[in-house]
Amino acid sequence: MAKLAAVVGIGQTHYKTRRSDVSIAGLVREAAVNALEDAGLGWDDIDAVIIGKAPDMFEGVVMPEIYLTDALGCNGKPMLRVHTAGSVGGSTAIVAASHVQSGMFKRVLTVTFEKQSESNAMWALSTPQPFSVHLNAGAGGYFAPIIREYMRRSGAPYDVGIKVAVKDRLHGARNPLSHLQLPNITPQEVEDSMMLWDPIRFLEACPSSDGACAMVIAAEDLVQQSPKPPAWIRGVAMRSEPTMYAGREEVNPQAGRDCAADVYRQAGITDPRKDLDCAEVYVPFSWYEPMWLENLGFAPEGEGWKLTMSGATSLDEGGDIPWNCSGGVLSSNPIGASGMIRFAEAARQVRGDAGDHQVENAKLALGHAYGGGAQFFSMWVVGANKS
Amino acid sequence: MSEDTAAVTRIETPIYLKYNFTAGSAPARFLARIREGVLTGQRCPRCANVYIPPRGSCPACGVATEEEVVLPDKGTVQSFTVVAIPIPNNPIKPPFVIANLVLDGANLSFIHLMSECENSEVRIGQRVQAVWKPSSEWTHAMDNIRYFKSIDEPDVPIEKIGKLPLSGWEG
Repeated sequence: MAKLAAVVGIGQTHYKTRRSDVSIAGLVREAAVNALEDAGLGWDDIDAVIIGKAPDMFEGVVMPEIYLTDALGCNGKPMLRVHTAGSVGGSTAIVAASHVQSGMFKRVLTVTFEKQSESNAMWALSTPQPFSVHLNAGAGGYFAPIIREYMRRSGAPYDVGIKVAVKDRLHGARNPLSHLQLPNITPQEVEDSMMLWDPIRFLEACPSSDGACAMVIAAEDLVQQSPKPPAWIRGVAMRSEPTMYAGREEVNPQAGRDCAADVYRQAGITDPRKDLDCAEVYVPFSWYEPMWLENLGFAPEGEGWKLTMSGATSLDEGGDIPWNCSGGVLSSNPIGASGMIRFAEAARQVRGDAGDHQVENAKLALGHAYGGGAQFFSMWVVGANKS
Repeated sequence: MSEDTAAVTRIETPIYLKYNFTAGSAPARFLARIREGVLTGQRCPRCANVYIPPRGSCPACGVATEEEVVLPDKGTVQSFTVVAIPIPNNPIKPPFVIANLVLDGANLSFIHLMSECENSEVRIGQRVQAVWKPSSEWTHAMDNIRYFKSIDEPDVPIEKIGKLPLSGWEG
């Protein structure tokens, strides 16, 4: 039986197109120092460090965790690197949590990062293999046909993605750390933006960001040593499935549904829309909000877009289940950190520490990440209360 | 160091990685046959689904695939996107259509380029056929097919996409 653990400190950097003022080491240290400060702790209080990032090919630094040990104060301490593509921020948080929940360590620092300005994600994701044609279309080229299939089968109107693109940027404008600051964005502006990978327009896609996110996770008996309210970890789950197999449900992946069912069971959630107060969900392309609303059980299959269009997921429209109050991946995307930002922002909500994007009286929140060809999923539920 | 020497804050240092591709028996067989202009898939002994390109096992059943199936170069659009984003150094000029195509007799799609069609008329269920490079240019690569073009056959109903027999679709 897992021991109780909680997030006691959260540190993020500003998310920007280019953090030319810091190296990768400086970037991760900034997030780590912020997390320690938030937790009221020092380096000596940390027993182990868990790092995550997207593929090494992005920045071209192989096993970057080795050279980051100095910056993260983990010389002589156990250190582990996690890698599950775009979902890595979430799975890294889960691995860090497990190291405490297992009783192995009392306090773990976990950090994820990406410096997209020093990398070339588009090419790093397009390594040629002779048995398939090399088309260099990037992540959008992979996900656009899946979105098109969702639109076909759900019969959703064309502007659902536009609605999400506006909503998440308005949320992002409340968050000073957010990369994109677009407080005056309009649906017309999104609709008029360039079609990149039809049906994905420029403003319906995530930006490329530099940034890092860190958390301190502590065992139950040490939680009160940190001054701010904890976010109790009420459930963690990961699932994966093969990227390619005959009959694979690409729009509504089985692994995502199974992962959600597992984490809800642990947290005692039977109706996610009713039981949760908010969610931070990995939505790198706007149409993934209605798709994940269905995959995660917030709406029946084929009806996620109705929830989006009703304003239920919007803080500004007073929705009952706000999604991505921080602005989400659509507002900031340091790839390796993006999943952990979702997990950390869920924790900020239940700690009552989310500033201008706080959901009033939030007690229970979901953090979600997915990666690869939507074959890796990681999720946690955090609460203001232990049970 | 003189004070007027500007600090170097950023330089580009490209990395070139050259791999020897060890194909394994199923892809090696596939590549040997595509060198001759023949498309070869493999059938799963358990679920009977046909995979192309074959990787030697069925990811759903977790069993080895051995039975070879020669497939026609005709297929159906399962989904697609029109790529308009200019990607540096990409030899293919946008806008171009990338489609998830499933060959007749196969049960899994692969991505390839579509051309000789109006981008605005590409649709799910559309029938396509491979346009091959001249045989003198064939190598051990899927690139031997230059692209797929639209052909004059009725669209395949949604529920039949990915489930057509080797004999194809005659409406």
